[in-house]
Amino acid sequence: MSIKGFHILFIVVSTLLALGIGCWCIWVDLTVGEPVYRTGAIASFVSAVVLIVYGVLFYRKMKRLRLIT
Amino acid sequence: MEIPYTVSARRDTGLWNAKVGIWLFLASEVMLFGGLFSAYIFLRLDAEPGDWPHGLLNVPVGTGNTAILIASSVTVVLAWAALKMRDLTKYRIYMAITILCGVTFLVVKLAYEWPQKFEHFGAFIKEDALGKYEPYLGNKHLLEKGLSPRKEITGHLHNKEALSDPNIKEYEIALDPVYADPTNPAMDRPHFWPMPATEKIATIEKSDVKYANMFLPKHSAYFASYFTITGLHGAHVLGGVLVFCYMMLPASTRIYRHNPEHLANRVEVAGLFWHFVDLVWIFVFPLFYLL
Repeated sequence: MSIKGFHILFIVVSTLLALGIGCWCIWVDLTVGEPVYRTGAIASFVSAVVLIVYGVLFYRKMKRLRLIT
Repeated sequence: MEIPYTVSARRDTGLWNAKVGIWLFLASEVMLFGGLFSAYIFLRLDAEPGDWPHGLLNVPVGTGNTAILIASSVTVVLAWAALKMRDLTKYRIYMAITILCGVTFLVVKLAYEWPQKFEHFGAFIKEDALGKYEPYLGNKHLLEKGLSPRKEITGHLHNKEALSDPNIKEYEIALDPVYADPTNPAMDRPHFWPMPATEKIATIEKSDVKYANMFLPKHSAYFASYFTITGLHGAHVLGGVLVFCYMMLPASTRIYRHNPEHLANRVEVAGLFWHFVDLVWIFVFPLFYLL
């Protein structure tokens, strides 16, 4: 596997982590009730979206530059 | 003498040699970290209820470090892409940012997170003395809610000499919030922002203590695993940073001038290693900080 493939895999795993952190924040907010966790959850989900957008743009750019065939 | 297959692929493997080498190396790394992760998971599964420390790590700092490593993976790929585009200036900028991210990660870990742990203290109370420290533990309240009992009291040790002096018969601890107000769910861990120890002092007799120590590897299986895995991971980050620094030296520029593809291939294998190191952290973070 090349660095491009590994990078896309890494971004996928990072996105899953961001979603996981978001779910964890919601869970802690429901059990402990600290509102700051709600902000953490929102930030995590926004990060996940940013990572997805970056991943798609990266793939397109690599394809455009013919670094991914 | 020219070393063969540094740029062009071998006919039998279809790859240039360094790529075969890095994947063999990463396979051995998977086994190394896999063994350590397995050990951690089994230690945790076998722990008695209440024996496994929980919520002791600084989640915002860990999250920040995770973001730094993810960003560094992006910049290392951009550095490689810049080389492919034959843009040496951009390559240097992205590589410098990658190095900066790696160094920041290490500084946060070694100069902030680890020393914070070394200053914290925990005393595991003997089973038959748990009732005596009920005002700090709040186990009756936990039992009513169906939660695991607390067996350890943590905070800042006032009389540190008590650890080594057998003539001192008790520990004086400035309690962590959860033990200062044990029935208040708002004080319970985890806290998003770490809460400092309170001014409430508890005196714990040494004869009631099963085991007590600062938050060092010998404190518990949890901290032994934490320091081993994060320490080994930190060593890998340091290794990656050193390799990237080498790739910024004039020697690497000479390689670029001679054959740009040769340097691009070197950056690619170093980048693969860096991605692996970051991927390991993606597993370390939730395992230690969140779960």
